[in-house]
Amino acid sequence: MLTGKYALVTGANRGIGLAILKTLAQHGANVIGGARREGSLDDVCSELSDSCGIEATPVYFDVSQPDQVKAAFQKITRITKQLDIAVNNAGIMDSSLLAMARSEDIESVFATNVFGTIYVMQYAARMMIRHKSGSIINLSSIMGVNGAEGQVVYSGSKAAIIGITRSAAKELAPYQIRVNAIAPGFIDTDMVSSISEEIRRERVDSIKIQRIGTPEDVANCTLFLASDNAAYVTGQVVGVDGGMLV
Amino acid sequence: MAQREVDQTAIAQMRYGQGTSMDNNDRLRTIFADALGIDKDLVVDELEYNSIPEWDSVAHMALVAAIDEGFEIMLDTDDVIDMSSLSIARDILKKYDVEF
Ligand SMILES: NC(=O)c1ccc[n+]([C@@H]2O[C@H](COP(=O)([O-])OP(=O)(O)OC[C@H]3O[C@@H](n4cnc5c(N)ncnc54)[C@H](OP(=O)(O)O)[C@@H]3O)[C@@H](O)[C@H]2O)c1
Repeated sequence: MLTGKYALVTGANRGIGLAILKTLAQHGANVIGGARREGSLDDVCSELSDSCGIEATPVYFDVSQPDQVKAAFQKITRITKQLDIAVNNAGIMDSSLLAMARSEDIESVFATNVFGTIYVMQYAARMMIRHKSGSIINLSSIMGVNGAEGQVVYSGSKAAIIGITRSAAKELAPYQIRVNAIAPGFIDTDMVSSISEEIRRERVDSIKIQRIGTPEDVANCTLFLASDNAAYVTGQVVGVDGGMLV
Repeated sequence: MAQREVDQTAIAQMRYGQGTSMDNNDRLRTIFADALGIDKDLVVDELEYNSIPEWDSVAHMALVAAIDEGFEIMLDTDDVIDMSSLSIARDILKKYDVEF
């Protein structure tokens, strides 16, 4: 499905990002895994290269640091001159109530989730513009669509992703670059592992499909949006939430 | 993969003459003409952003992408914004060790 394409996935060392990296590789893409901890993707990438017969390369950078993003793209251009897919998955959550959100936490959530996404998109789009093709996929959240108590900062950052996605989709359409967002519901990763058992139950009870989502559920949607099967899909926010109500 | 890498390099060389004796001034003018879709004769020092319909904001991004590719650099965002004429583009490229 993606044979010969090159895909960058940020925050690829665990959770949803890791599932996306694996899924894209299993469908033939050469993958570039972004992670901020040096060495954290070395083993994954060599396993994927061996098992999928593709090129898998780690690039270590913090998406919230513009200089690191630029340096990462300098490395990426040495790996490939053509980037076909960029998945902005790296993200952090903050669950403070409005009155208790500390300024440093607000700044770091927006620096990673929003600014980081824009920095990566700027360089990814420039690589894609050269060849007049590409697919950018940004991870938003059901919280960014609907909001929730205790999620002012996080949902604000994920709502920003929707605006960014829709605007960039319009701006980049003349270059045949598609930009879409995925809004996952409640997905079983480290991000939600600290949630109390009670809230976890409440959340699962609110899901019509009656189970927590898996990282693979999100990865499969990413695969579709990355592929030519979605050639006429741009500027969309696709919910992957099992019919969750927030 | 290796095949594709070779193809891309070959294509870029054909387009912008990397690795050939084409001088950088000529290469830059070729990139401008190619990215803006105009005749190379029109690419003169006085050519400015928005001074012709072909050099609009959409074409500017294509131009920046082509300069990145043609000179194998990664322009800073500030330079993308500042690059408002051919002569300014040349000054900006000097910062990236491109010799004119
Ligand atoms: N899980 C859910 O229920 C859910 C729901 C909706 C949306 N999402 C979104 O889906 C995405 C992935 O979430 P997840 O559940 O997989 O989270 P996760 O398990 O906490 O993983 C987050 C990933 O992002 C990386 N990361 C965080 N900050 C970074 C930075 N500044 N630079 C580079 N990498 C950074 C982390 O790297 P380290 O290992 O170095 O920390 C990690 O790889 C996020 O954008 C999240 O907001 C998740």
